[in-house]
Amino acid sequence: MIKRQERLVITFYTTTAAMTMERLCKESGADGRIIPVPGSISADCGLAWCAKNESEDALLALMVQHSITPQGIYHCLV
Amino acid sequence: MIYFDNAATTMQKPACVVQAVTQAMCSLGNSGRGVHGGALSASRIIYDTRAALAELFGAESPERIAFTANSTQALNTAIKGLLKPGDHVITTALEHNSVLRPLYELENHGVELTILPADARGNIRYEDFEKEIRPDTKAIVTTHGSNLTGNLLDIQKIGSIARQHGLIYIVDASQTAGVFDIDVQQMHIDILCFTGHKGLLGPQGTGGIYVREGVALRPLLSGGSGVQTYLRSHPPQMPTALEAGTLNGHGIAGLGAAVRYLQKTGLPAIRAKEQELMWAFYTQVREIPGITVYGDFSSRNRCAIVSLNIRDYDSGAVSDALSAEYGIATRPGAHCAPLMHKALGTVEQGAVRFSFSHYNTIEEIEIAVSALRELSQEE
Repeated sequence: MIKRQERLVITFYTTTAAMTMERLCKESGADGRIIPVPGSISADCGLAWCAKNESEDALLALMVQHSITPQGIYHCLV
Repeated sequence: MIYFDNAATTMQKPACVVQAVTQAMCSLGNSGRGVHGGALSASRIIYDTRAALAELFGAESPERIAFTANSTQALNTAIKGLLKPGDHVITTALEHNSVLRPLYELENHGVELTILPADARGNIRYEDFEKEIRPDTKAIVTTHGSNLTGNLLDIQKIGSIARQHGLIYIVDASQTAGVFDIDVQQMHIDILCFTGHKGLLGPQGTGGIYVREGVALRPLLSGGSGVQTYLRSHPPQMPTALEAGTLNGHGIAGLGAAVRYLQKTGLPAIRAKEQELMWAFYTQVREIPGITVYGDFSSRNRCAIVSLNIRDYDSGAVSDALSAEYGIATRPGAHCAPLMHKALGTVEQGAVRFSFSHYNTIEEIEIAVSALRELSQEE
């Protein structure tokens, strides 16, 4: 059985944007990791950034600071 | 073999490039296709290379760099993706067929083309750009350096002219990327096309295109993207917009290693070594009776290319003799630069092109000069 928890999920228009997010989070020690875009969000393929809900403010600030445009920001079971 | 055909491709690559390709071929999945370790390794290596190229060329961000198979694909993407029937475009006689043929093709579909002429030393007149700009002019396309003469164009100057007139400036950096400093923002370059296997010292089958933010190109190809699967059209966001299908992850891994090697070694050091060899060669061969050297050598800052002929000998026969009798690799013929050969008056004879790498040595130069002395002696 797959364990599921509610998480913050950020999706991107391109793989490159997801990689930018991963690089920035790694460099700044921010929370999260790359996951496949959950089916509950979209049937599209692609990479998403998954983190704890409480990391949302810090992650969104980081994205604004570095001009990363999200495709969507969700809270869902993953 | 003494390899003096580096303008065609640099044969000797840094060891780190070979290692990076080998390692990639043992470990990479498909970038953006899945989230397992192999796929993520590919995505990360491709991102790292993108970021390194963005830094090398002064791009706003890694997203502005899309990968292509070579300069030809990049130039076709730029030219065909930008120009529409009724647009006017200006280019030069210095151009390679990878610029000229897409433009000729579009000319058949209503694009109007002006080609600035070159003189017998392979120079254009910069004031001609201003003279030829019209209300319907959309873009200027030029090379950064002639693949035949090694003459450089002042892309900063042309970029400024283009920007003043609101034109898109497309630069073909096939002969200069990795050797000469290119800063797309400072030089007002809107689109930069480059190949990975020449001065950038990467594998063949790699290359790319920088597109300034705010410039939209119709993609040459559409198809798999790994994202936005249910969209009927190819995603419009860069770099995905110009990267349909699986990328050459293995080659791009090698290209990334090559760019890091270049940044560590320093472009000024590489350029200085190439130019030192080129000048040592040029100053000796120009004194050999019967040899004609083409191009403008009035500026020390030029590509490490020397094209020449011996008397009225066929360039192919000279190149073959250099290869067969002396083990020296050069490129004869027309070099895919038909208008440049017309300007130089070498359509029939072609020319023998010597092009140098920082891996070449002064001893190799001396051997080539000696070989040319022997070949140029009259019977």
